[in-house]
Amino acid sequence: MANVKPKVDAVIVGMGWTGAIMAKELTDAGLNVVVLERGADRDTQPDFAYPKVVDELEGSVHRRYLQSLAQETVTVRHNLTSTAVPYRQMGSFKPGTGVGGAGSHWSGCHFRALPEDFKLRTNVEQRYGASFIPSDMSIQDFPVSYEDLEPHFDHFEYVCGTSGKAGIISGVKQPGGNPFEGSRSREFPLGPNPNYLGAEMFYGAAREMGWDPYPIPASNASAPYVNPYGCQMGPCNACGFCSDYGCLNYSKASPNISILPVLRQRKNFELRTHAQVLKVNLDSDGKKATGVTYLDAQGREVEQQADLVLLCAFSLYNVHLMLLSGIGKPYDPQTGEGTVGRNYSYQNLNRVVLFFNKEVQANQFIGIGGAGTTMDNLNGNQLDNAKAGFVGGGIIWARQPGGGPVRGINVPPGTPNWGTAWKQAASDAFRHSFYFEVQGACMSYKQHYLSLDPTYKDGFGRPLLRINFDWHDNEIKASQFLVGKALEMSKILNPVALAGDAKKPGEHYNITKYQSTHTCGGAIMGSDPKTSALNRYLQSWDVHNVFAIGANAFPQNNGYNPTGMVGALAYWSAKAIREQYLKNPGPLVQA
Amino acid sequence: MFDDDTSAARRDFLRKSLTLIPVVTLASAGFPSGAFAQTPASDVQQSLPAGPGAAAAAGDYTPTFFTPQEWAFLIAACDRLIPSDHVGPGAVELGVPEFLDRHMQTPYANGGIWYMQGPFLEAAPEFGYQGRLNLRETLRVGIKAMDAHCKKTYDGKVFAELSSAQQEDLLKAAESGKLALEDIASKLFFSNLLNEVRNGYFADPSHGGNKNMGAWKMIGYPGMRADYTDWITVRDKPYPLAPVDLSGRRG
Repeated sequence: MANVKPKVDAVIVGMGWTGAIMAKELTDAGLNVVVLERGADRDTQPDFAYPKVVDELEGSVHRRYLQSLAQETVTVRHNLTSTAVPYRQMGSFKPGTGVGGAGSHWSGCHFRALPEDFKLRTNVEQRYGASFIPSDMSIQDFPVSYEDLEPHFDHFEYVCGTSGKAGIISGVKQPGGNPFEGSRSREFPLGPNPNYLGAEMFYGAAREMGWDPYPIPASNASAPYVNPYGCQMGPCNACGFCSDYGCLNYSKASPNISILPVLRQRKNFELRTHAQVLKVNLDSDGKKATGVTYLDAQGREVEQQADLVLLCAFSLYNVHLMLLSGIGKPYDPQTGEGTVGRNYSYQNLNRVVLFFNKEVQANQFIGIGGAGTTMDNLNGNQLDNAKAGFVGGGIIWARQPGGGPVRGINVPPGTPNWGTAWKQAASDAFRHSFYFEVQGACMSYKQHYLSLDPTYKDGFGRPLLRINFDWHDNEIKASQFLVGKALEMSKILNPVALAGDAKKPGEHYNITKYQSTHTCGGAIMGSDPKTSALNRYLQSWDVHNVFAIGANAFPQNNGYNPTGMVGALAYWSAKAIREQYLKNPGPLVQA
Repeated sequence: MFDDDTSAARRDFLRKSLTLIPVVTLASAGFPSGAFAQTPASDVQQSLPAGPGAAAAAGDYTPTFFTPQEWAFLIAACDRLIPSDHVGPGAVELGVPEFLDRHMQTPYANGGIWYMQGPFLEAAPEFGYQGRLNLRETLRVGIKAMDAHCKKTYDGKVFAELSSAQQEDLLKAAESGKLALEDIASKLFFSNLLNEVRNGYFADPSHGGNKNMGAWKMIGYPGMRADYTDWITVRDKPYPLAPVDLSGRRG
């Protein structure tokens, strides 16, 4: 018999970015909020304190700051007829755990989606005709516009101390920024970070290609900063331990330093760590959630009753909880019916490495997570997709989150993996090479979805989430096109060696190789309950007091990192809850 | 025994590791190798007549996870994978065997962060490791299988007793997966071994390898300095400072 806790106004599953944002907004509104976090509590001191935090073996091999897969993981298969196998070792993507979640070990790239990304299907059909979209491609328009989200993009950037250069403010182009971006209401809170060598060389080469390079918006503070909540950030010292690591310097925005210092003071906020939510409980007719059941630190089952249930776990686990709890109808790829699990997408990431001689001081051990240089000339409406031969675009960037030798040293193609020749190549390359990356969009398809695995169970006896995903010809073509452009640009810089990893025709999704933690979709937002699990406020169409906040809501993924969009959607959803739902609980959009 | 061996580091290392010789000799003289396979080295030493310097195995380090036979294999393999040469120090002189012995005793090597529940199905390489062995078992089973293969092929000699050229050929064959071993895919064993040797070579010295930050000095890594505010935009000269490690030692 579960131990039943007194009812609260809202229970939040997960203490990452979206959990912190929702908790802040709802406690602002006077609600009593309980957050259940499956991992440990974490803060700069003592968890991310120097020097312990910069131990590469702990951070990037033992994965101290990431989710362990021992208790919970996913299974993966490439097609509908094969048997999925577990994601046993961390590879392709890296979910977080603990307070801060993936928001504590991210790099800091902080983009807004382009206005045309929000109406992707309409835009592609208008530009190239409906027949240009492959028949199995299930891309959809977002049910919100760039203009709807602009105030929330803006606010989240100010919470994060995002460092960058605006390209368009109130419709007026600004020199040095992205000339193709959606119009901003104001400049970034902080100016861009300094350029390391690769980012500087990218400027020259990109201009020679006729492109418009600009600084990557980075939530790594370029100067001292106090955010609207009174939380302080110090300027980034380029330590080189961003991705995989918590920030030692109060420089990288995170739930821990940007929001939690305020929440932790509040009497109407309670954080319970080591609280593993097992399912959302529904009332007898399945139309309303009554709360959640979780295992506490001692392994006891506890029921937390609540009027509102906000799913703020990592995107995959939000979908997992919906499937396990019977919230909405599971998607069936054969019939196309059902919505939960539909439109899983990812990110089409590829790398080009440039090797130079010893006069070129690339110093890749220096790193500012999100900072660097990028360009949008092959993204959004700038790209002629008919000519390029695929749907979706992407960006090329020079980014240097910092690298040490345990994280790997790139060596020129043809180098042996061991022995004297490898040692020589690694020694030559370590300080004198850098890389550019191609971050491509990833479309959604009828056969790419999330479901419960029929065989494998997690440490709590629940079916694992199963990812049904592979590279589609469209994304392989995009990879070849964009990597081709990146190589063309790189040759301008006369490297002594150059390596690129464009996807080959027929290449399958490889879960062993880190690509990106940008897993998207599965519980998408839309305007039609037949083709989306959530309405435009991220509210479940089926259970009105459940909201699922995260990249799970993306109908497909664009060429940018998702965090800026995820934060904006959280504030957008919170506003709807505060201004509409609390006054009149029920569906915010009539189906 | 190692007449053709040109590695000074390895010769020196083995000279210091006096306990290794009698054990390997015993093993190759028909002593049942299974008796060592799952026994901590320290127990084996107690059961053997202690020769001069018996306590001082592997320089200053006595393995507590690996058996003497496994230890001999690892020293030889480390010396092939990252030899001491004109480029810089080798894995053996930087203490990588010590790293391996200590690392095998961490929860990580016990599969602590891996999903280890069955069923264990065969799958395409894109799905990665799908076996049921954790890291320490992978190395242990692999070493045993490699030595068994060597004994069969090279007239009773184990890997550590072969010439450098023979060892290199075997490692290459394992790397490509062409080497057929009992109980384990040679490619799986090799990739885990190489990965671990590299980890030990480059990780902070507190983990047992990378003695005196030798690997960091070789590649020019400033180690755990973690503050480069003043050097982000410097282009015309190399980064000037030697490394510092987690304990604060300066290189």
